[in-house]
Amino acid sequence: MIEFYLNDQPIRTTEAPASALLDFVRYHEQLKGTKIGCREGDCGACTVLVGELAADGLTVNYQSMTSCLTPLGNCAGKHVVTVEGINAAGSQLTPVQKAIVDEGGSQCGFCTVGFVMSLTGHSLSTQPATAKSTIAAIDGNICRCTGYKSLERAAAKLTAELADRPTENALAWLSEKQFVPGYFAEIPTKLAKLRPDEAKATAASSAAPAASATAHANGGSTIATSPNGHAQSQNDHGHLGTTSPFTHALLGGGTDLLVQRLEELREQPGVRLIFDQPGRRGIRHETTGRVVLGAATTASQLLESDLMRGLLPNLPQYLKLVSSTPIRNMGTVAGNFINGSPIGDLTIMFLALGASITLLDAAGNTRELALPDLYLGYKKLAKAADEQVVEISFPAPLAGDFFHFEKVSKRTHLDIASVNSAAWLRVENGVISEARVSAGGVGPVPLLLACTSAFLVSRELSAETVNAANAVMQEEISPISDVRGTADYKRLLLRQLLWAHFLQFAPELAVDELI
Amino acid sequence: MNHLDPNRHVRGESQYLDDVPVQQGTLYAAVFESPLAHGVLRSLDFSAALMAPGVARILTAADIPGHNQIGGIVADEPLLAEGHVHFRGQPVALVLARTEAQAHAALKLIKVEIDPLPIITDPRVAAAQGELIVPPRTFKIGDSQAAWAECAHVFEGVAESGGQEHLYIETQGAYAFPTEMGGVRMISSTQGPTAVQRHTAHVLGLGMHQVEVDVTRLGGGFGGKEDQATPWGALAALGAFITKKPVKLVLDRMADMRMTGKRHPYSSDFKIGLGADLKIVAYEVTFFQNAGAAADLSPAVMERTLFHATNAYFVPNVTATAFSCRTNLPPNTAFRGFGGPQGMFVIESAIAKAAEELGVPTFEIQRKNLLREGDLFSYRQAAEMCHAEQAWDTAATEFNLAGIKAEVAQFNQANKLKKKGFAVMPICFGISFTKTPMNQTRALVHIYSDGSVGISTGAVEMGQGVNTKIAQVAARTLGISISRIKIETTNTTRVANTSPSAASATADLNGKATEMACTALRERLLAHASTEYTLNYEGLEIHDEQVLAAGVPAETNWEKLVSSAFWKRVALTENAHYATPDLHFDATVNQGHPFAYHVYGTALTTVTVDCLRGTYTVDALRIAHDFGQSLNPVIDQGQIEGGAVQGIGWMTMEEIAYNAEGRLLSNSLNSYKIPDIYAAPAVLDVHFLDTPGHPRAILRSKAVGEPPLMYGIGTYFALRDAVRAFQGHTALPFSAPMTPEKVLVSLYPEFAYESSQSLREGTTKQSVL
Repeated sequence: MIEFYLNDQPIRTTEAPASALLDFVRYHEQLKGTKIGCREGDCGACTVLVGELAADGLTVNYQSMTSCLTPLGNCAGKHVVTVEGINAAGSQLTPVQKAIVDEGGSQCGFCTVGFVMSLTGHSLSTQPATAKSTIAAIDGNICRCTGYKSLERAAAKLTAELADRPTENALAWLSEKQFVPGYFAEIPTKLAKLRPDEAKATAASSAAPAASATAHANGGSTIATSPNGHAQSQNDHGHLGTTSPFTHALLGGGTDLLVQRLEELREQPGVRLIFDQPGRRGIRHETTGRVVLGAATTASQLLESDLMRGLLPNLPQYLKLVSSTPIRNMGTVAGNFINGSPIGDLTIMFLALGASITLLDAAGNTRELALPDLYLGYKKLAKAADEQVVEISFPAPLAGDFFHFEKVSKRTHLDIASVNSAAWLRVENGVISEARVSAGGVGPVPLLLACTSAFLVSRELSAETVNAANAVMQEEISPISDVRGTADYKRLLLRQLLWAHFLQFAPELAVDELI
Repeated sequence: MNHLDPNRHVRGESQYLDDVPVQQGTLYAAVFESPLAHGVLRSLDFSAALMAPGVARILTAADIPGHNQIGGIVADEPLLAEGHVHFRGQPVALVLARTEAQAHAALKLIKVEIDPLPIITDPRVAAAQGELIVPPRTFKIGDSQAAWAECAHVFEGVAESGGQEHLYIETQGAYAFPTEMGGVRMISSTQGPTAVQRHTAHVLGLGMHQVEVDVTRLGGGFGGKEDQATPWGALAALGAFITKKPVKLVLDRMADMRMTGKRHPYSSDFKIGLGADLKIVAYEVTFFQNAGAAADLSPAVMERTLFHATNAYFVPNVTATAFSCRTNLPPNTAFRGFGGPQGMFVIESAIAKAAEELGVPTFEIQRKNLLREGDLFSYRQAAEMCHAEQAWDTAATEFNLAGIKAEVAQFNQANKLKKKGFAVMPICFGISFTKTPMNQTRALVHIYSDGSVGISTGAVEMGQGVNTKIAQVAARTLGISISRIKIETTNTTRVANTSPSAASATADLNGKATEMACTALRERLLAHASTEYTLNYEGLEIHDEQVLAAGVPAETNWEKLVSSAFWKRVALTENAHYATPDLHFDATVNQGHPFAYHVYGTALTTVTVDCLRGTYTVDALRIAHDFGQSLNPVIDQGQIEGGAVQGIGWMTMEEIAYNAEGRLLSNSLNSYKIPDIYAAPAVLDVHFLDTPGHPRAILRSKAVGEPPLMYGIGTYFALRDAVRAFQGHTALPFSAPMTPEKVLVSLYPEFAYESSQSLREGTTKQSVL
């Protein structure tokens, strides 16, 4: 039984936890405002808001999510809002709706509700609305008609209106201005009543690993949910999906599995939901110097983390290249790793950060595995079926260390990379003392370029070193031609990204010597 | 005045096909498609699929009661494969089941045996083997052969442009219901309700009167639902007709991408000759159109390529030949611009080639050769009310062409790893269906006794705002508030024998018919007023719902007048027929007057290329466009912005890739990218040119749907300009789209050489023209 609120209505349903929220909303509840565009999180036509009760029990934090990839089970205890849930009484328009109409931001209308929901979610955000942040709120919404300029004008209008939003008691103001109907005020109390008590929570979390005791020894069960890449390219190495039995699958944010295996998972009993499992979120800096992340940490949570931004000041710039706002709200870091895509953006970043994962098996034993050792071959992992990632850790970069991430795709945003790469360097007196360079899209697995990294150590930070490292790197990769680019292009592109890393680290490097 | 529909769109209350409440007993259809691109269909085994839960019936060609044929121009396209399969994704059988999931699950249980036959994906290979859809056509004026001798400069080359997925966000679909009369009523997501009706009737062996097609609106069309909504409508209807149950068929995104055709890729040879004064003396071009496996609209698309082969330029000696080549790909089809953009890309390439070789700015050659009043196109229509030079000069002044040029040069001087480029793109686009008989339509206008008005026309609303424009025409003509007017669904029982909503002509045609019907009603009401209230008919008018006699309010208003007319038994319904006057075209000699008028405009594009990564941004697109007297500037500006960004997508990131087996590689939204909000130009200015409009345009507001797509072509040439600023020596092929891959490889041509010797993998990317 899954309990949640859908707009102003309580829902108790026995539908499969791995079914898509989109289907529930449209075909079960007959709320047809939410549209189906692609069923893979790439168009945003099905965007809804999912609100979670904050720790204080008094406020609800709303995030936009693509309902096609939201497992229904992940809505438990939450407030799901569709367009029907924000339409004010009568035929009045909310300020978001009015701005879109006034600026001509809707033509055929099929994508429009997605934009309305994303912008409404942005209105409910606690962050100040800026020109940039309002546009970012609709970065997961594709429109084929307008060319976006009218939507940009609507966004600008909205940004101006939101300038008056108070920081205290914003909901009352939003309600008064008719951004959302009055019933939103009662939602925190209603959600609080749905909260499982401590006992229930403990039972649920201990039941999960126990249930998986029968799981198969090999590869069948996967956590897979990643903020950037479902059904990826370099996947021409083999087919998606494994033929081994698939019992008690683990399901995180759903952003990969609901693209790849929705039908299969929906029919399957005992799917374990880990997105909201206690103890799977949070980012902490340990006294050992390591940073530890819960496995279900989403990309959005990385971005919101002061700790992460402090260690990696350019993180917002990198994460802007990783999928879109709603997908970042859903996809988890561990999901990105376990999906095993050769081109997972977060995987590539964490490889260069020197990350390890902690795996927990059905018997309750844990082991730690260096991230590069997880990848045995295309979508083949060094992980037993009953093991799940519980934590991810990496040594915190020191002040003065270099870290950089590069990604090139056909479309700069909301796309899967042709090639991506990250690099971490420690330089002492102009000499590289430690290095980790990673690259995706240039082999069957996400690669930590061990030879290239080793080559860099003890060498001067110079154009000559970079060019020589490229020669090593070209021998270490094996890209194939596919829809994301020819093998030749990927080789050239990775060379360029290596240059880009070094030009970022050492802008004084003579461009002419490099290029 | 805004588009009326969006008030419902933003609230999610607009009904699209999949939102129609489902009738009890509905069966869901899923299409079993050919897994091979060419072969002999040996056998189909449904035994396992028929045993699957929920499966009610599986239909094949043998179940078709009428004719298994849906070809619109050429009868070469079966609804369901029979004997042979000609492309991957070709419909072979239709599964009907109680739920959508059951129908899809059953597809996997069907077994098919096909003896493979050779597969052609390249149009030039097809042409060499004589695989043509229709005989080639040549448009000719002057004598290009003889003219080469007088040319100071002659250049030749090859230009290639890729396909384009429509990517309407609402996928194709239809919902059909059996009628008590033994026919079928259906709701279809189509731009051409009559096409769906006609072909369905043919397939079912019924009269057209037994097939009713109703369309409320589309979630995007762009040409993709002009002819290619037909198979899904006809299949749903076939299911409903045979099972006597409602049948719903909605394609999922990947099926839609696999099974439907796209914009035609073209490969073309050009030869251009210029005088010493840079005037174009002669132009020869041969187009190889990749039509796919059946004609669909390809012959008409090919014809429009020929009409627009010289874009906005006057060329006295032209020989333009086009081949529509049959390949084993899904039949390519209409897409905004309808072959025009493909033709324009080639002459722009030819001019760029000449400019690059001569070392003169491209825009110098472009400007010198723009059409002037009275110049003849190759098809002998004269440019009348020509605004080509006005558009160019206005754009150059308004947007400071000289300043942009200087700014780009200065930037490129100062930056090594970033380069800017710019290009000017003039356009000239002919308005009308080039098949003259299609330029007709009807409007049925009812005034109800309470003064409210219902209007039915042949126009399909798909976001272009045509319903709003028609309502505006009616409100203006009748002198009443637009709030009294409702535009009805497009329905074949109310307005018959319609042309599809296409060719940018929908508002003109249906607006004119509406204007005629409303004018007749207004005159009838005023005649009634003159007798009823003893007023002088001369000088009577309705303004703001008030009846005015010689400008003075009479003692009656709209509501009273309508009511009084009703009680005096005056007809309050009018059906008007409009056929665009003076059109003619003789396709045997390719001469005539096919267009009601032409639309002009000029765009300036600036881009910045990141020469380290090969990525780029479109910084600004500044357009001066000939709207005439815009009836609705909000809608019209939206068409320009949306069309231009779609054109930019076609020229940059939208890359259709098939492999040699005819399998679509760019088969989902994660592998086929259209512009997102960050890909739209940071600046997109639209200047409304001061032009009088054309009397053939509805209320002098010119057609606006397709022309702006071609502004996007400027992006290709601006990118080329930037690449050349970094790497001047590279021999850049004229090949669109200009993906980041093509940019990077052009920036570093030596790298591909190095690695291809020792490191090249066995496979190469197989992208099909």
